[in-house]
Amino acid sequence: MEYQHIECYLEGAVGVLVLNRPAQLNSFNEAMHREVAAILKDWDRNPEVRAVLLTGKGRGFCAGQDLGDRAVNSDQAAPDLGQSIDRYYNPLISRITGMAKPVICAVNGVAAGAGANIALACDIVIAGRSASFIQAFCRLGLVPDSGGTWFLPRLVGRARAMALALQGDKVSAEQARDMGMIWQVVDDEALQSVAMQQAQHLARQPTYGLGLIKQAIHRAADNSLAEQLELERDLQRLAGRSEDYREGVDAFLNKRTPEYKGR
Amino acid sequence: MSVADIRFGEIEEGVLTLTLNRPERRNALRNQTLRELGDALAAAATTDAVRAVVIQGNERCFAAGADLEEMRHHDAVSLQQDERPALWKRIDDFNKPLIAAVNGYALGAGLELVLHCDLVVAGEGTLLGLPEIKLGIMPGAGGTQRLSRQVGQQTAMQMVLTGEPISAERAHALGLVGQICVPALTAEYARRLARQVAAQAPLAVQAAKGAIKACQETSLSQGLRQERQAFVWLAGTEDRNEGINAFLEKRAPNYRGK
Repeated sequence: MEYQHIECYLEGAVGVLVLNRPAQLNSFNEAMHREVAAILKDWDRNPEVRAVLLTGKGRGFCAGQDLGDRAVNSDQAAPDLGQSIDRYYNPLISRITGMAKPVICAVNGVAAGAGANIALACDIVIAGRSASFIQAFCRLGLVPDSGGTWFLPRLVGRARAMALALQGDKVSAEQARDMGMIWQVVDDEALQSVAMQQAQHLARQPTYGLGLIKQAIHRAADNSLAEQLELERDLQRLAGRSEDYREGVDAFLNKRTPEYKGR
Repeated sequence: MSVADIRFGEIEEGVLTLTLNRPERRNALRNQTLRELGDALAAAATTDAVRAVVIQGNERCFAAGADLEEMRHHDAVSLQQDERPALWKRIDDFNKPLIAAVNGYALGAGLELVLHCDLVVAGEGTLLGLPEIKLGIMPGAGGTQRLSRQVGQQTAMQMVLTGEPISAERAHALGLVGQICVPALTAEYARRLARQVAAQAPLAVQAAKGAIKACQETSLSQGLRQERQAFVWLAGTEDRNEGINAFLEKRAPNYRGK
């Protein structure tokens, strides 16, 4: 498949996905959605890919939906925004959160609207110092989508989530880190190398186990403690049967560095 | 013709596992499959070593429906003479516990097979549905009847008239599925459940299964009478004395099916 709106390549076991419509701040149109979906689906199935790094080209990370794609004329019937959510945004968020390998997001600039929430759907979010997050939806009369209303209160608490979503103000990378919305802030120049280092590190870890951890943490959001304890038991049962667990224990007992295969 | 649509597992602790084994056709249930299944259950019914049976597909699919190739060749007359209803009846008649381990898809005849089972363990993300309507047909192996009785008219209507499947989670909430778990453990947990049942007194298990199934066939007063009869009948079994004695003597019972 030829990609026009994204760049994607493997660096070792890391799949690097760069949103590549810099002139439009990497906002999504349908073609870009299809390309992102295709490559993520491919990497999800490919055992050679053991971590994914998502970032944007140019000065922005992602400005969400390309509004040029959705021009609304007063004489036309209202568009069905639910349709593109059903078809593109929701599957994208499910694909990121459901992928059984870590997804690292390097937020290189403004992340607005769905762009912000796509970043928040990733497992580890690292932002450049000049990056920012904006829940821009309210300014257009819309509701935060792509999981925004789900992620935000869980990440920063309801009080902050409400203000962020109702006011739509710009949040700096450092503010975002301080309120627990993202993991880390680094200097702009260092962003790509720090994110890549982190991705390369994770790509050498017990991928299968990491996938189970990811599943457990996501499921914790809607499980009771009793249900979650049972889920932990089930996932641990599976983890305990992995080759990597044996390798880890063996390496520990023999005081050597483990070599994980991701299964 | 040496076809094996069903793969037999070893009998372990009283549990026989039958695996639907046509992965290339997503375990579509052709007549041959149902025939083999019926034969396997008939044999299991008279084999003392078998005390419960697990039916499973593979991790991606339980059974995605009937075999459409087979079905398209039928007309009204040949369907009238089809042995299929008799094949389903044999599965329904099996008198020992039948446990379904369901992953991936249980659609059409696949869901109808699940509805024939006494206990159902399903993997998260499994889809259960009756999509026949989308083909211009309708469920023909108890789907409309058993589903309505289990989940009520609204849900049954929605599933049957739209053909859209429901998730394992929803099915669990509706009582269509007894237990959900991570997909990689579905088969294992179904066998655990089966072993737990297989460890009970076999005659009591059979009588209890019959009593519960009779619930769909009779009025409450008739059902209560039948239940009482079975209850009294069990008093004549050795296992009943063994069970009560073992409990009072604080030891594990040793049931022999007598």
